[in-house]
Amino acid sequence: MTSAQDAAFPETEVLIIGGGVTGTGIMRDLALRGIRSILIDRHDLCAGASGGNHGLLHSGARYVSTDPHSARECMEENELLKRLAPQCIEDTGGLFVAVAGDAPDFAGQFAGLCERAGIPCEEIAVGQARRLEPALSDKLFKAYRVPDAAIDPFRLALENVNHSRALAGSVYHPHVEILGFDMAGGEIRAAHCRDNRSGRLLAIHARQFVNAGGAWAMNIARLAGCDDVRLLYSKGTLLVSNDRIARHVVNRLRPPDDGDILVPGGTVSLLGTTSTRVDDLDNIGPTAAEVDRNIREGAAMIPALAGARYIRAFSRVRPLLQGGGTAEDRAVSRGFALSDHLSQGLANFCTITGGKLTTFRRMAESASDLVARRLGNHRPGTTASVPLPDDETSRWTEPGAAPRRWVRAGDAGDTILCECEMVSRSAVNQIVEHAPEIGEEMSIEAIAMRSRAGKGTCQGSFCGIRICSHLYDTGHYRDATGLAHLRDFLDERFKGQRSILWGQQAAQMELAEALHCGLLGLDSLEQDG
Amino acid sequence: MKEDRRQFTVQLAVIGTGMAGFAAAVFALNRNIVTALTGNTGALAYTTGYLDLLGWPDGAASSIKDPWQALDELRKASAHHPLVRISADDIRRAFAEFAAFLGEHGIAYTVPGERNVTALTPAGTVKPTFCVPATMAAGPKALAAKRPCAIVDFEGLMGFSAREFVANIGDRWPGLAARRISFPDAGRGEIYPEVMARSLELAVTREKLAAALKAAAGDAEVIGLPAILGMHRPDHVLAEMQRLTGLDLFEIPTMPPSVPGVRLRELFEQALPGRGVTLIPQRKVAALRFDEAGATLDLSDNFGPIRILAQAVILATGRFLSGGLEARPAAIREPLLDLPVTQPAGRGDWYRERYTDARGHPIHRAGIETDAAFRPLGRDGRAYDDRLHAAGVILAHQDWIRSRSGAGIAIASAYRAVQEVERTLSRGRG
Repeated sequence: MTSAQDAAFPETEVLIIGGGVTGTGIMRDLALRGIRSILIDRHDLCAGASGGNHGLLHSGARYVSTDPHSARECMEENELLKRLAPQCIEDTGGLFVAVAGDAPDFAGQFAGLCERAGIPCEEIAVGQARRLEPALSDKLFKAYRVPDAAIDPFRLALENVNHSRALAGSVYHPHVEILGFDMAGGEIRAAHCRDNRSGRLLAIHARQFVNAGGAWAMNIARLAGCDDVRLLYSKGTLLVSNDRIARHVVNRLRPPDDGDILVPGGTVSLLGTTSTRVDDLDNIGPTAAEVDRNIREGAAMIPALAGARYIRAFSRVRPLLQGGGTAEDRAVSRGFALSDHLSQGLANFCTITGGKLTTFRRMAESASDLVARRLGNHRPGTTASVPLPDDETSRWTEPGAAPRRWVRAGDAGDTILCECEMVSRSAVNQIVEHAPEIGEEMSIEAIAMRSRAGKGTCQGSFCGIRICSHLYDTGHYRDATGLAHLRDFLDERFKGQRSILWGQQAAQMELAEALHCGLLGLDSLEQDG
Repeated sequence: MKEDRRQFTVQLAVIGTGMAGFAAAVFALNRNIVTALTGNTGALAYTTGYLDLLGWPDGAASSIKDPWQALDELRKASAHHPLVRISADDIRRAFAEFAAFLGEHGIAYTVPGERNVTALTPAGTVKPTFCVPATMAAGPKALAAKRPCAIVDFEGLMGFSAREFVANIGDRWPGLAARRISFPDAGRGEIYPEVMARSLELAVTREKLAAALKAAAGDAEVIGLPAILGMHRPDHVLAEMQRLTGLDLFEIPTMPPSVPGVRLRELFEQALPGRGVTLIPQRKVAALRFDEAGATLDLSDNFGPIRILAQAVILATGRFLSGGLEARPAAIREPLLDLPVTQPAGRGDWYRERYTDARGHPIHRAGIETDAAFRPLGRDGRAYDDRLHAAGVILAHQDWIRSRSGAGIAIASAYRAVQEVERTLSRGRG
């Protein structure tokens, strides 16, 4: 392990570990106070729970019965983000609906609970609900409107990073994993890291260290000898349908349970989730039983979900704060906690964990307040008033943005690489040019994270090949690396397809595999052809 | 005159218009069996034109050079694999007869021999195959001899990059060059292989392309280009292009649907009806039943219902892509006759965790069981009907994708099924 200063990682004021919405939010919050930071992630942006959820900007109504405090926080952040980051949000509105078999008592108390949490909630006639959402079951008996919306966490994270770079010269490094800390005199002096692409070891020196590792935060804290971070791991599984099934966010009007939220995500819908306690953070994948349960429960609200075509299913781990007692996971607080680790004998390390996508800004603010104070910076946080700049280069994650821009530009020579989502050559070129943190190591996977490529019906089977060829054409790839990246990208996409491969998806996968393995030999790249 | 229902009476009905279905029709035709061929759009247009026999053994680290030796080893390892249940002599005869038919009808193939061919792929990897179209034959030879060669691609043609090809095969082919040219008279924007191939049926396009290829060739003696050399007379187009350029040329398959696959489909669709086969393509057979008189197939097209009466049936309906098998959430089914399907215990076992796992996915070994005469087994474990046979990748106990054996299974099992049909029919006559 080297302690020599690495040119790519000059000493920084703050090192933030974890590139989810919270980590990128802290990066921006600090940058707005004039504090420069380095952000690292062992994968890439939103690789954990930030990228593996409904994309739901909660009104808070979901939590009014189990966690009224979080419900109120959600509502406050919901209003704030709609105002400050409208480019990341589709203001769909939300419905809560009860169907035959659901408890009438709960449905009856709902409006009162919402009112107490400060959440606007309007009862509407069942007929009106079904006019708003024709896919709703004819067994509806109660319906409310709430200000839920859909939010794009990838764009949030990208714009947080870009804004931080512009404000303070803060830098994001993907694929850098934390291995351990150098500690002396009640402080962390350096973080020992490994660049997982090159295998190179490096030490990052900073004055303050922030752990925003999400579900991994407990493990990261332990690397610094801190055992005051206690998390429960709750695995959630979600499905993505090929079509957008509803215009609104649709919630089941009952205490939180499996398969009771359907959120539109551009051209698709996301259905979920299940909730299962797990002990292990790795090897988390959807099971057939979880997929089937989501569909069965979802179909009670929206019968079309039973026969819908699903293109993806994914699982992520929610980090939940471990309180006392034996409450069931759904009843555990969705709140967040900031640990200053003073009790662990460290004065320049903190961990922020728990919480929700909707409350990420508030989480980032509370961690940044502590870090700024410790640095002697007394400027107040301004993320509650400064709009998130609408960044041209981050727009490719928005469903429908690529086709609109392509049609507007009207350049037939700018051929389409991803036909499902209409991502063109110029879009890919722009993504490559404007992700300086990725540099020479830009992969097909990294492009897909920064755009809609691979997210359509073919799930990357065809566009992966076309993007790969394009990157050879532009000289980005010059050897066998491109095909290895193509294989890795397809292996990664497959994780989200494995549990929903029936019907047309099985047929399509057979064709894809005949092409990728039978013809191109991606199943035997390192072997003797 | 309006017909309520059109009816065809034949000796053999083949269901399935993929490689196995067409091969069965070819073998039946050569044996003077009166045949009708019908079924969904087969997967032929998704093929590369390469005819694989057996390219990768299970779990091995290198490809198969001698497929006959590999088949002998497979015979020791598995009693159920479809290719193990066919003698090597029958497999040889099947390939020879099938390749000869293709050659007679406009697409010459290399002679099926003793060794696999190291064939080229659009990514610059290589794959073991058994028999290649004549238009592609010069590529593997040029690779083996490391001849000075240029790979040419086209402005606007997606998914085929000469630079990608060269970057990946460069280690084993020193001095290989990548060139990009514009296709004659193509506008800006995406261009498609099928359109290019049809355009090269015209002498004027060939002359313009030849001039561009000569200019791009540099020191190269051989030029490789995506498979676009004509749709109906590829051998003629290749000869003309070689004459015009004075260079050796070869084709490399492109992403599916590719020109070589479309060529095969169009060849069959023209040659088979021309020689008396009743072809009803792109129709799904709705019902099939057997009674004392024979088999009855019901289907319909835009003009109304169709009935086929046959003395024997070959089921060559393929797998999931072609509809021969259906992967339902609870289980894999054979939809036409509800034949029992050998399959993994549950959906959770269909696929391994890693997509490109070299061991392949258990779902691909699912399929229908047959007896030694390639008759599908019913629920009672006995032949569903003496007059029903099966061919192609619908058969269980094989993974055609990982083992690079799709065409081999299709052609050889079609050959065996037709042999058995011939026997059944002659018994009927006797």
